[in-house]
Amino acid sequence: MGTRGIRIEGLRKRYGSGDTAVDALRRVDMHVEPGEVVGLIGPSGSGKSTLLKCLGAVIDPTAGRMTLGDEATYDDGWKVRDLRALRRDRIGFVFQAPYLIPFLDVTDNVALPPMLAGAPNAEARARALELLAALDVRHRARAMPSQLSGGEQQRVAIARGLVNRPPVILADEPTAPLDSERAMAVVRILNDMARRFETAIIVVTHDEKIIPTFRRIYHIRDGVTHEEAGEGRAFE
Amino acid sequence: MISLAGRDILHAWGKFIFTGFGLGLLIGVTLVMAGVYRGMVDDGKALLDNSGADLWVVQRDTLGPYAESSSLHDDLYRSILAMPRVARAANVTYLTMQVRQGGQDVRAMVVGIVPSGEVCAPGWPPHLVAGRQITRGHYEAVADVATGFATGDRIRIRRNEYTVVGLTRRMVSSSGDPMVFIPLRDAQEAQFLKDNDAILQGRRRTEANPAFNRPGVPGLLEAAIDSQSSNAYVNAILVRLEPGASPSQVAETIRRWKRLTVYTRAQMEEILVGKLIATSARQIGMFLAILAVVSAAIVAFIIYTLTMDKIREIAVLKLIGTRNRTIAAMIMQQALALGVIGFAVGKITATFAGPFFPKYVLLLPRDAVSGLLAVLAICALASLVAIRMALRVDPAEAIGG
Ligand SMILES: Nc1ncnc2c1ncn2[C@@H]1O[C@H](COP(=O)(O)OP(=O)(O)OP(=O)(O)O)[C@@H](O)[C@H]1O
Ligand SMILES: [Mg+2]
Repeated sequence: MGTRGIRIEGLRKRYGSGDTAVDALRRVDMHVEPGEVVGLIGPSGSGKSTLLKCLGAVIDPTAGRMTLGDEATYDDGWKVRDLRALRRDRIGFVFQAPYLIPFLDVTDNVALPPMLAGAPNAEARARALELLAALDVRHRARAMPSQLSGGEQQRVAIARGLVNRPPVILADEPTAPLDSERAMAVVRILNDMARRFETAIIVVTHDEKIIPTFRRIYHIRDGVTHEEAGEGRAFE
Repeated sequence: MISLAGRDILHAWGKFIFTGFGLGLLIGVTLVMAGVYRGMVDDGKALLDNSGADLWVVQRDTLGPYAESSSLHDDLYRSILAMPRVARAANVTYLTMQVRQGGQDVRAMVVGIVPSGEVCAPGWPPHLVAGRQITRGHYEAVADVATGFATGDRIRIRRNEYTVVGLTRRMVSSSGDPMVFIPLRDAQEAQFLKDNDAILQGRRRTEANPAFNRPGVPGLLEAAIDSQSSNAYVNAILVRLEPGASPSQVAETIRRWKRLTVYTRAQMEEILVGKLIATSARQIGMFLAILAVVSAAIVAFIIYTLTMDKIREIAVLKLIGTRNRTIAAMIMQQALALGVIGFAVGKITATFAGPFFPKYVLLLPRDAVSGLLAVLAICALASLVAIRMALRVDPAEAIGG
């Protein structure tokens, strides 16, 4: 488990080359401490998803430096050989849509990442059930994803993102399909998890309801980030 | 680790069973086709076995009597019988024709056999399932049950009526027609019988020929006409050897001394399987190839569609760190499962449908095993397209825009 959260310095990403090149990220500098949840907001096309993809090691940045936990993962080139294992063991993903695996029940959806990392089935399921309980969906453990409500699905997806205790969680519009009450619940869960497991969490959002909850916010415009203080409104 | 393929199949079992069923019917047809070929080979072997012969003596340079027509004088058997190590020699005729019984017509192979006191002379049906063997020299018949005749039935072959006195089973020609045994004399007549007008015309022609109708040679014309109206030919001589005699040696002796063509059992089998049914075998082979391609196309299409439906999930699986190998294995296992379901359905279908086919369908376990292996190979190959697509899915797609 990392101790230094996320650190990004001078990250750049250019899609394509020549006349059609798009500079999606021009200069990204940000840091997220362990146990902290920061917001990433910006207009459409400003580079939010691109940044998450670079951090999540599914696309290659063009230049810059990224550190996850206590290890530099990218320094003008990947420093980790197995990006798949990096994703599996050190990063949790939460998306706008839950994208659960439809043919696995709730428990196995959550238990899948530890199973992929080689944990025995029983142990993986025990960890899954523990998290499902923490997220208040333990009673739906044997249900199939199609039998869950949108909010339940989202919480199961969050459990899947957290189950390998990754030092980093990347959430792309996790509250978009939820009503304000559910949205607040999800934010509260993310904050709880961050505190309990020392996780560094980045939440990309457009959602006016949850923006006041962040203590720190990064604004991104035309691929350049600016840090600003948030309201950090407490939960009741 | 859990079996992703297994879970997906359980989840979408309806699709799998339904597709497996369709594929199974195709596989069933394939197995029956193979069974038809095996049946033809087996019919050929039964024909040879049941003839009870060690050697077939036929007209020189022919592939007779089954694959080509062959004709021998009917007194030749005497000299064959005199050859060393020959235990028995019997004339036989084969003629495929329509046999009438009541209002119906049955296609049958009429076999002319020499009536003799003993059972199991060469050419005789070895086992009867009902009735008795032919005992009289004329107008009795032994028929295969597949003709649908019963003992006591009156059947018509050309101009003569015969009484069915016995029934056999699995006595068929190499093309699957049931056999009807009748006395040799009757068979010779049936084979060469001319109608009355033709006989009268032939007689008139002979009379008009000055060479036969010479003044001062009494009896010449009568002898000439007589020789024309009787048929002294048979199709083959079946030879049984003394125990321990070498068929190829005796065959060689007969060939050398009698200047006839002689086939051993192995050579006869080669003629039946290698020549007589070779075209049918190639035809069946073509169908098998087409069915294999169609099955492969179906499996490939279904697996491709099932994978297409899972693109998003595959992207998520990759994003959370699933190995390419695991994803490929998932798809291939599903294709193989489809093959196994299809094969099971096909095997059951073939087993139950086989007896309803007009020709003998022989389903060999060996063919079933190679069929299963072929199905699995086809399914594995067919899944490659879907696997290729799945491996190209970009995990970034899971994150979206
Ligand atoms: N694969 C790609 N190839 C080329 N250009 C791309 C690609 N993906 C994104 N872009 C461009 O990069 C820029 C940033 O895109 P990105 O998806 O990061 O925006 P975003 O901030 O997530 O927007 P939204 O809020 O609409 O999701 C956009 O101009 C987009 O057109
Ligand atoms: Mg986006």
